[in-house]
Amino acid sequence: MYGFVRLTRDVEERLTILFRQSKVIGGLYRSLGQEGESVAAAYALEATDAVLPLIRNLGALITMGVRPRDIFAQYMAKGPSPSRGRDLNIHFTHLPHPGAKEPVLVGPISMLGTSIPVAAGIALAAKMRGERRVSLVFIGDGAMSTGTFHEGMNFAAVQKLPMVVIAEDNKYAYSTPTSKQFAVPSIDQRAASYGVPHEMVDGNDMPAVYAAVKDAVDRARAGRGPALIGVDTMRMSGHAQHDDMRYVPKALLDEWAKKDPVTRFRARLVEQGIATGAALDGIDRRMKRYAADEADLAEQMPMPDPAEVAAGVYHGDHSAPRVEIVRQWRS
Amino acid sequence: MAVVTYLEAIRQALFEEMARDERVFVLGEDVGAYGGAFKVTEGLQEQFGEHRVIDTPIAEAAIVGSAIGAAYMGMRPVAELQFIDFISACFDMLTNFAAKSRYRTGAGVPIVVRGPIGGGVGGGPFHSLNPEAFFLNTPGIKMVEPATPADAKGLLKAAIRDEDPVLFFEHKFLYRRLKEDVPEGDAAIVPIGRAAVRREGSDATIVTFGAMVQTALEAAKQLEHEGVGVEIVDLRTLAPIDRETVLASVAKTSRVLLLHEATLTGGIGGELAAIVAEEGFEYLDAPIARLGSVDAPVPYAPPLEAAFLPSAAKVVERVKALVKY
Ligand SMILES: Cc1ncc(C[n+]2csc(CCOP(=O)(O)OP(=O)(O)O)c2C)c(N)n1
Repeated sequence: MYGFVRLTRDVEERLTILFRQSKVIGGLYRSLGQEGESVAAAYALEATDAVLPLIRNLGALITMGVRPRDIFAQYMAKGPSPSRGRDLNIHFTHLPHPGAKEPVLVGPISMLGTSIPVAAGIALAAKMRGERRVSLVFIGDGAMSTGTFHEGMNFAAVQKLPMVVIAEDNKYAYSTPTSKQFAVPSIDQRAASYGVPHEMVDGNDMPAVYAAVKDAVDRARAGRGPALIGVDTMRMSGHAQHDDMRYVPKALLDEWAKKDPVTRFRARLVEQGIATGAALDGIDRRMKRYAADEADLAEQMPMPDPAEVAAGVYHGDHSAPRVEIVRQWRS
Repeated sequence: MAVVTYLEAIRQALFEEMARDERVFVLGEDVGAYGGAFKVTEGLQEQFGEHRVIDTPIAEAAIVGSAIGAAYMGMRPVAELQFIDFISACFDMLTNFAAKSRYRTGAGVPIVVRGPIGGGVGGGPFHSLNPEAFFLNTPGIKMVEPATPADAKGLLKAAIRDEDPVLFFEHKFLYRRLKEDVPEGDAAIVPIGRAAVRREGSDATIVTFGAMVQTALEAAKQLEHEGVGVEIVDLRTLAPIDRETVLASVAKTSRVLLLHEATLTGGIGGELAAIVAEEGFEYLDAPIARLGSVDAPVPYAPPLEAAFLPSAAKVVERVKALVKY
């Protein structure tokens, strides 16, 4: 779990450099300071579960085995990227062959809230076919204000579908504070009106997130219906790279800087004697080099061929590359 | 008069109309202290307060729906969609509630829903939409799309004062790229429903609007070197369409290219073609030509997006074929 969160931060740092070099097309939306919850939540899954991430859940994809080169290639709109340059950042989908021990990954569309009903549908199919698959779907404090969130949540509750929702309270939706997003005291309480079990956890405490999600996933897998877990965290960078976050009080940032999920988890591992500082340093070095090598690989990929502009709109185009899931996933 | 950008012109229209009429208010995501994702509403909340410049939750149906309700009560809401693509989330509110209200009940819905449209900036499939065709088939809704700063200001002022729901499409590619002298106060108003002739010519007409006016102008300049005089009609209002101006230009040049940024099939070009064919057939010396984007979602990678969008080179080629016919 430590390696995954480290790698997530390294990949985003590398992306920031590529962004400054104008190699990233479009925006860059980081999950700085909140990487822990994505990694820990995905870590509680089995290899064939489904993940529906949002733009700031890169950590969940990395934990499920997506290679950094695919992420870099997407951000640079390269031809061999998972969406072949047609869509951006982590907007890509991986549907494994039936029977393959691989995760179902469904990339978001930009329209917020829309992943929730789709996650419910994946869970519905699992239930109808008697499969053990759970769908884990992420949603922000802002996106929870959409109508689609409510429709999908309610349907999953009524049907007792194996769906687990991670509701991220990272304090701001773009510049809008959570106090202007909803009027209940904490984000998880919105689940109460659907009759869905819910709880709030410290999102920067990775073992705590893991434990809560594991419980909810086990319950969902056992046929006991959906759950919503609210994670208390903080977005430590702007909405995207162009946003200087002038609207965030400095004291709030200082307070959250002390709770950085990566340093916190690292200290915990050393304190409890699970790993030595030297061993963790080794992981740090390996991950940094891995991220850099993968970025170089992606940089060398060609841009898409303009002649391909209308390919793949309808059935019959089989050339779309698949995401390769790396096998060492949680071995 | 002062030289301002397309974006600043929109901001001026909002300032002036809010100052003129206290029923006018603005609502949308991050429009308050932050000043909007593109900074169109910057300074507005400082000037008019939180009760007239309202930050909303991420809930487009609530934004447009509550604008409709407030309009019923005599207010003049201007709703901002952060990107026009999110108009899909308030489709019912617009097409079923707002558009049919006057016809069903006699109750008008004087709202303006505005937002950035269009591609050319690497926005990918969910931040590059040109949605006019979705609403062209919806009687009861007006649509405007300015191509210049003066029109941006003038049409927005007219839209705010209009008694019907108006969709105001701002092309984000133009926000900071265009600058011109813009009048103040009522003198700035540009009436809804009237097209403009941007450039005179006698060999062929290009009917277009929005950012494609720039593409057409660029093409016209190249064609001039080759001795082809192009007339450019800027529709400005997409619903209702100014048929007279379009037909008058076709009568003059006898050749027409219908150009828009939205994908070709089912686009506004088809409607314009039908108008020209039905009402101007005898003027024509060549078949009507249409040029739009390639029938695909808007792709993200720059080489794909360039191949997707209509370009000056493609316009030149199509006009040459028209003239040669
Ligand atoms: C339906 C819809 N409306 C508006 C937007 C524009 N938008 C993109 S991200 C964002 C803020 C999202 O906030 P939140 O859900 O809390 O996630 P966070 O960015 O904090 O991780 C907004 C308003 C959108 N993508 N979709």
